[in-house]
Amino acid sequence: MKFLCVECDRQMTFEERQLPGDGTLAAAFRCPKCGRAVALLTNPMETQLVSSLGVKIGGATVPAEPLETIRGMVATGRDDAFTDDRQPTTGNSPAWSTEAQDRLSRVPGFVRGMVKKIYADYAKERGIDEITPAVMDAARSELGLEEM
Amino acid sequence: MPLNIRTYHELTEPDRSGLGEQIATQRRRLAARLAAVGRVIVVMSGKGGVGKSFVTAHLARALARAGRAVGVLDADLNGPTVAGLLEAGTARLVVGEDAVLPATGSDGVRLVSMAQLLADGQPLAFKGPPAESFVWRGAAEAGAIRELLADVAWGPLDVLLLDLPPGMQRFLELCDLLPAPPAVLTVTIPTPESRDAVRRALRAATERRSPLLGVVENMVDGPFAGTAGADLAVEFGVPVLARIPWHPTPDTWAVLAGRLG
Repeated sequence: MKFLCVECDRQMTFEERQLPGDGTLAAAFRCPKCGRAVALLTNPMETQLVSSLGVKIGGATVPAEPLETIRGMVATGRDDAFTDDRQPTTGNSPAWSTEAQDRLSRVPGFVRGMVKKIYADYAKERGIDEITPAVMDAARSELGLEEM
Repeated sequence: MPLNIRTYHELTEPDRSGLGEQIATQRRRLAARLAAVGRVIVVMSGKGGVGKSFVTAHLARALARAGRAVGVLDADLNGPTVAGLLEAGTARLVVGEDAVLPATGSDGVRLVSMAQLLADGQPLAFKGPPAESFVWRGAAEAGAIRELLADVAWGPLDVLLLDLPPGMQRFLELCDLLPAPPAVLTVTIPTPESRDAVRRALRAATERRSPLLGVVENMVDGPFAGTAGADLAVEFGVPVLARIPWHPTPDTWAVLAGRLG
C-alpha cells in the first residue's frame, strides 16, 4: 500500500496513525513536495485484515512480542495458558500503583503478561518510576495499543 | 485525459510504514528459527479422519526413542488433538525474552499446540468484526502458524513434524511461509475414496515441488477395504512406508521411524 501525489508525482510519506477504538483505523500521509495530506480510513474488516498479517501501518512502535498476534487476537484463550514473569528489558521494574494494578487485572490472563511487559518497558525507557492509569493511557495512545 | 500514474513497483522512495519490509522481517525471523532444524516434515492427507495426528504422535515418539531430537507443531488450529496424544494438552507455555518455550510431551518430544492455548471446550475464535470474517480469518490463521513456527524456541531438532488439518489450505500456507517446500509424509486409509482425496493432495505437493517421502496406510486389516496405499505409491513413485494395523505395537512405529532415517 503506497500513496502517490499525482500532481507532484511524488510518493507520499506516512505521518500519523490513529486508532479511535471502534475497530477503524486512520493513517495520514503527506506529500513531501507540496505538503498535501490525505488520510486512509479503513473499516473494521479492513483493519482486522491488516492486523491479521501481523504488520502495522506506519511501522512497529515496539519490538515484536513472542506470539504477539495470537495473544492479541485470540478471543477464547485460556487465562493460564502462559507463564510470563519477564521483567523490563533493561534495569529494575517500575512500581505499579494500586489503580494501575487493578486495571491490569482486568486484562484477560491470556494476554496480560505481554501487556504488562510492554507497559513496563515503556515506563522504564522514559524514566517513569511508577505506572499509573495515566501512564497506561499515554502508552496506549503513543504506542498504538488500543486493541490491548 | 487519463492521469499519468506511476505503478506500485515504480514507487521506490523509503516509507516509514514499510509493510513489505515488515513481512520480509517476519520471514527472516522464521527462517532463522528453523535454521537449527534438520528436517521439516508435514504429515498431511487430503482426507479427514485417516489418523494423521495419531501417526504424527507415535512417529514422533518412535523417533525420539531412537535418539532423535523431535518437535511437533500441531498445525490443526481448529481441531488440535496431537497434544493430547503426547500427554501435553494442558501444559503451560513459558514466555522467554524473544520466544516461547515448547512443552515437553511423551518421550521428550517438544510440542506446541493450540490445545494448550484455548480455554477448555472453546473453539478457536478471534477478536474482530464477525461480519464477513472469512475475509480476514484465513490471514489470522496463517499468521498464527507463522508465529508458532517463528516465536517458539524449538532449539536444535533433527526433525520437526507438522500435523496438518484435512485439506490443502494449511499446506499451501506453509509453502508460502517456509524457506523451502516441506517434505511430505502422506497418510491414507485403504479405501478408494481416501485414495482419490489423497491423490489431490499429493498432486498439490508435487506442484509445489515438495519432496514426497512416502505413504502411510493406516487402519489396515479392519473394516476399510481397498488398496489406496499401493495405488498411490505406484502413481507417484514413492514407497509405502508403513501399513499400520488397527492395533499397532511400538515395533510398528519403530519400523516407520527407521524408514524415515
